[in-house]
Amino acid sequence: MTYIAKPKFHHPGLKKNELGYTHRDYEGKISTLCAGCGHDSITASIIEACYELSIEPHRVAKISGIGCSSKTPDYFLGNSHGFNSVHGRMPSVLTGANLANRDLIYLGVSGDGDSASIGFGQFAHSIRRGVNMTYIVENNGVYGLTKGQFSATADRGSKSKKGVVNTDNAIDLVAIALQLGATFVARSFSGDKTQLVPLIAAAIQHKGASFIDVISPCIAFNNHAGSTKSFDYVREHNDAVNRLDVLVGREPIHVDYAPGTVQVVEQHDGSRIALRKLDADYDAHDRLGAMTFLQKHAAKGQIVTGLLYVDPEAEDLHAHLNTVDTPLNALEAKTLCPGSAALDKINASLR
Amino acid sequence: MKPTDISAPDYFHKVVDCQWACPAHTPVPEYIRLIAEGRYSDAYMINWKSNVFPGILGRTCDRPCEPACRRGRVEENPVAICRLKRVAADFKDDIKHRLPRPGPKNGKRIALIGGGPASLTVARDLAPLGYHCTVFDQDPKAGGMMRSQIPKFRLPDSVIDEETDYILNLGIDFKGGQRIDSLKQLLAENYDAVFVGSGAPRGRELDIPGRKEAAANIHIGIEWLSSVSFGHVEKIGRRVIVLGGGNTAMDCCRTARRLGGADVKVIVRSGFDEMKASPWEKEDALHEDIPILNYMVPVAFIHDNGKLTGVTFQKVKAEYDAKGRRNLVPSGEPDETVVCDDVLVAVGQENAFPWIEADCGIEFDKWHMPKVDPTTFASSNPKVFFGGDAAFGPKNIIWAVAHGHDAALSIHKMLSGEDINERPLPEVHVSSQKMGIHEWSYDNDISTDKRFKVPHRDKVIALKDIRAEVELGYDLKLALGEAERCLNCDVQTVFTAPLCIECDACVDICPMDCITFTQNGDEDDLRQRLKAPSPHHDQALYVADGLKTGRVMAKDEDVCLHCGLCAERCPTGAWDMQKYLIDMVHAGSTCQSKARSAA
Repeated sequence: MTYIAKPKFHHPGLKKNELGYTHRDYEGKISTLCAGCGHDSITASIIEACYELSIEPHRVAKISGIGCSSKTPDYFLGNSHGFNSVHGRMPSVLTGANLANRDLIYLGVSGDGDSASIGFGQFAHSIRRGVNMTYIVENNGVYGLTKGQFSATADRGSKSKKGVVNTDNAIDLVAIALQLGATFVARSFSGDKTQLVPLIAAAIQHKGASFIDVISPCIAFNNHAGSTKSFDYVREHNDAVNRLDVLVGREPIHVDYAPGTVQVVEQHDGSRIALRKLDADYDAHDRLGAMTFLQKHAAKGQIVTGLLYVDPEAEDLHAHLNTVDTPLNALEAKTLCPGSAALDKINASLR
Repeated sequence: MKPTDISAPDYFHKVVDCQWACPAHTPVPEYIRLIAEGRYSDAYMINWKSNVFPGILGRTCDRPCEPACRRGRVEENPVAICRLKRVAADFKDDIKHRLPRPGPKNGKRIALIGGGPASLTVARDLAPLGYHCTVFDQDPKAGGMMRSQIPKFRLPDSVIDEETDYILNLGIDFKGGQRIDSLKQLLAENYDAVFVGSGAPRGRELDIPGRKEAAANIHIGIEWLSSVSFGHVEKIGRRVIVLGGGNTAMDCCRTARRLGGADVKVIVRSGFDEMKASPWEKEDALHEDIPILNYMVPVAFIHDNGKLTGVTFQKVKAEYDAKGRRNLVPSGEPDETVVCDDVLVAVGQENAFPWIEADCGIEFDKWHMPKVDPTTFASSNPKVFFGGDAAFGPKNIIWAVAHGHDAALSIHKMLSGEDINERPLPEVHVSSQKMGIHEWSYDNDISTDKRFKVPHRDKVIALKDIRAEVELGYDLKLALGEAERCLNCDVQTVFTAPLCIECDACVDICPMDCITFTQNGDEDDLRQRLKAPSPHHDQALYVADGLKTGRVMAKDEDVCLHCGLCAERCPTGAWDMQKYLIDMVHAGSTCQSKARSAA
């Protein structure tokens, strides 16, 4: 970690977004993670995405569990709401917050231990309920805080820093998220911000359960030969199916790619993303196809990245529950608790 | 772009903007760090070695370093480098024992004409090597224009005495009050070399109607300042006009304020912003209630039977032609006569060499300036060298010092039988400042303090006493605060590509968005694709290749804070903070060293 605070000075030519903020205004405290940690790059990508979308910091709630990854909300969006919850319990805290105030933007930040082990059930249920959130797993395949034991996402056959071979099968969170009905599913790599930043921006704009699995090398315990989550390994085996450009506002789209390779996806809220296909056979609107593609490539040792599935017409938990448009926390007590007469009426209707 | 060759001695030198801008290449951040550590004597000696007159320059330097200072590109104001130099001089201990001693005489005799900064620098560099140096000056004491033209309220005699004595005590033969009227005669005395450091002693005339008739109350600025300095002039009229917009004009008007001038005005031809005077000297004049009127061209001195009553001015305005050149054209307003009792003419200085005979072997150019080699400072007479204002016209003290060092080196080489055109390369040291995992030998925590003001003497008291120094200098607390503002630009960011794993940690942590990993391209293209695009071509891009992904690392040196966070956040040590020190070659430096340890 670094002992001095990041100097307040910034580049004199720094651009400002629609709100008049520079990307420096979206930073938090200085990171206390190990030097070179992939998580810090994800932090920088979240900062960049929020800056580009001109998000008002006070409109964001960042919620995390326990672990290296779950420390990171301290390092971005220093002026946003935050809740560092119990190990693996980020999804239920986020779900509760979302129910109480549907107007905020929810960023759930978790790790492979937090989401694939202790919080596996929580992860599954928040996804299947379609909570409107951006769920980011900073996936390094090890328990970094306890010095590098394999986590549940470590690939079978990969080697620990000490040379031990992992004999357990890996949980592929992307596959699970697809199976559980997430309406925005992506995988990316902390070492590839040009891919990651637009994915985060698109996920924030997506109304529904967005899930991004970000492979994030652990410099201290999982960046060696034999690891399948090291910088070198991921760079060699990365198979990006597409690239995104998030289109902010309604200005005309300049397409300078070969015809047929760019597909503009308009989401429910009117936001648009330009999807630049790298793999001509890949269709990001085909859930079943995505699952098959993923398994086939995983069997070949390839790491499929990009926007793997998006349902532009997604609905969220509030739509399922038919809640009022006004956030519950903004309703007056009288509306929230209409009294015994109303209760009697409901009871009578059920008799 | 081609990868940057950081082993070229100039590459990192340019990154230390202040040192690069200083004609004498004083290692500024190095001495500022010493001041912060309370090592004033050490800070003084670093200055003394490179610029010879730290106490004098710390009060009077034209400070080319400050406009160059990186801090000025990061926030509003540069570090007060000049006034920190004064701190080193003010708070040092007795340093006499650290000065060089006169060397055993080598039998070679050098004559130096003029006892100003250029000659004294030559003498200081040569005397310890055993040369017998004889300095001639028309004034009784050494110092030249530093003593005669700079008012005492800016530069007290005690400071000049101290620093000229350090040099004269090296066994130099100083002949005060001995003006050289014939170079031919001097050459006949068979000196092994002659150095001309006689300055630009003649004030330019303003030949307009009334000049002759009203001469009794029209004074040439530098001559008048010199008369004041030596106590020959003690008062001036109540209403004074100073003509001219340079630093001499500023010294004239402030001096006039102290000699009875209650209503002193500076009147300049150009606009206020284009005046030659340094901004801080203009500020000081305005602070002493001296208005500066601009766009007024003097056309006549008005007098009543030889008694000056005023000056008439034509009003002009600035017009710019297609090439952007400025012309002053009449504005059409009626002429204005400003009443006054005395006029000080400070419209420039000229060189004058009436004492150099045509058959001395010294060629002059069409502007009547001697032909002087800008590197060796040799004239067309192989034994005669020039430096300071005498070489290339009026500049300032720090340039005279720089010339002096180079001329001394030439003289030493010539008298050692070497080719004076072969200039040895400076020695460069680059060494890591890493002390621990996140510890550096320098303070890398960036101070956000604004520039500290130097305390001034109360105006009422200052204006009463012409010898009372106006600036009081920083006290130790202010000095420490100001020293902390220095960005340590000499502690360089050094990148070793084979160690880099491209984790982006440096990119993410850099507070100034200086670092970009991207595909290579030509410079213009690359500058546009930086994380923060940089149009400033005068500031280098540090490009390194050899990365696994085939990209390049491009670092824009422009606004780097040298905070070392890139190196702190680098997991593999691909970034390191390394201190760059360059040893300029002076006469008598050990032979050119080939062992240069760049990164």
